[in-house]
Amino acid sequence: MTTDTGVEDLLRGLAPQVLGVLIRRHGRFDACEDAVQEALLAAAVQWRAEGVPESPRGWLITVASRRLADAVRSDAARRRREDAAATLEPEDAAAAPAPGDESPAEEDDTLTLLLLCCHPALSPASQLALTLRAVGGLTTAEIAHAFLVPEATMAQRISRAKQRIKAAGARFEIPADAERTERLRVVLHVLYLMFNEGYTASSGLQLQRAELTREAIRLTRAVRERLPDDGEVAGLLALMLLTDARRPARTGPDGALIPLAEQDRRRWDADAIRDGIALITATLARGPVGPYQLQAAIAAVHAEAARAEDTDWKQIVALYTLLERFTPNPMVTLNHAVAVAMVHGPRAGLDLLSTLDGDERLAEHHRLDAVRAHLLEMAGDVAAARAAYRTAARRTTSRPERRYLEARAARLAVRESAAR
Amino acid sequence: MKYVLLVYQAPGAFDALPEEERNALRAEFDAFSEELTASGELIGGAGLADAPSGRTVRVRNGVPVTTDGPFAEAKEQLAGYYVVDCESIDRAAEIAARDPASRLWAIEVRAVMHEAGQEM
Repeated sequence: MTTDTGVEDLLRGLAPQVLGVLIRRHGRFDACEDAVQEALLAAAVQWRAEGVPESPRGWLITVASRRLADAVRSDAARRRREDAAATLEPEDAAAAPAPGDESPAEEDDTLTLLLLCCHPALSPASQLALTLRAVGGLTTAEIAHAFLVPEATMAQRISRAKQRIKAAGARFEIPADAERTERLRVVLHVLYLMFNEGYTASSGLQLQRAELTREAIRLTRAVRERLPDDGEVAGLLALMLLTDARRPARTGPDGALIPLAEQDRRRWDADAIRDGIALITATLARGPVGPYQLQAAIAAVHAEAARAEDTDWKQIVALYTLLERFTPNPMVTLNHAVAVAMVHGPRAGLDLLSTLDGDERLAEHHRLDAVRAHLLEMAGDVAAARAAYRTAARRTTSRPERRYLEARAARLAVRESAAR
Repeated sequence: MKYVLLVYQAPGAFDALPEEERNALRAEFDAFSEELTASGELIGGAGLADAPSGRTVRVRNGVPVTTDGPFAEAKEQLAGYYVVDCESIDRAAEIAARDPASRLWAIEVRAVMHEAGQEM
């Protein structure tokens, strides 16, 4: 007896393999992807009702090939109807699919597919959607649900992404070294975005979006299986595990955000932390280091502290200093400033923050005001802190963040009036 | 990120245009709407019926007071809206600028509050 989750996991694992086989036989990524999606939908219904066939992979390949042939035929028929003079034959008519391909995959296509779906011609939103469908094996409805958009919008986004890939002349192959490195960087970024989309969901939407976190971790694991020696792949996986470990403690029962310093650390996922720390420790020992590894190392230092006040902030400052050298970026500087404040006092943190004034990338960004408010509060400048919390609350577009920032401002107002 | 694009228009501005221009505009609106649908960014939206035939509701001290309107005297009125899901407010503004309505009237671009949040 196979459970629904069992069928789902099986289908998701097989999706990229089946798609890879079809593309190798027929080319035409876009048409093959549609055919595989239809086969997955058919399998989800049939396997749950009748049980999983003996060779699930062969079943999917056969059904997907049939759907592809049907699509090509009806496409050709339509073209014939539209143009009576045309004698077009379907491009793939000669390449009739072999009956059920039972041999194990000689070539692993997961990575090739990931590189294709994260093609630089696509916007990040499209890269995410296409990756979830073509590599993750999720249905359009599931993806739309996770991103909180109508299914029609998501279907358009995916279909446009496939057109773009076709127009860009992208090929189903691993690109040459230099390009491969750059494209892998994009893949990791897309997986990172996928993770964050799920992780930052507030309690009301966690169930809906947890799918994204789960997929991001699963796909990053899949990349790591293919590239076990890549430090940044391992670093990203460790970062995800260590961050996700905090999920049970990051929101209160009412959905309110709980800052790291105030989280009940007993609720952190100890297994995920152990795995994450072991992974990042082994990876850092091997080198060369990179930004995901450094972020994972910072998360590990937090995870190692049983209480917030036990945090080794000196080490965190050192890691942020290194991270800023790799990826000079105002968001890193913001976090660095917090760490500096914890080691050298709030004024030192505020001094570092002031280097960000006038930075166009942060203009009107609520995080700058939020961090400033936090450091001003630490410095005891209650009035200025309250004003900064209020500015941050006004600027954020996130309702949980606004609630949190307003609550901080209100708490200071109470303290200020009590002091009078 | 989701943004709502609010189209403001002087009452009767569209009807006041010569028929030829109205027809040309309709074709432009259709093309714009198709383009936005195809890009996978359009979530939904609608044009709004004549403002004076609407109602304005205020509840004061528990008593609902409903008046007709907004009235035609208002200089600019909400004539329609759409919701898009796109990368940034810059992209949303770029979309607004492709809408022929932005050439003739005005479109306000506003971020929609969301439920995702980062603990600090």
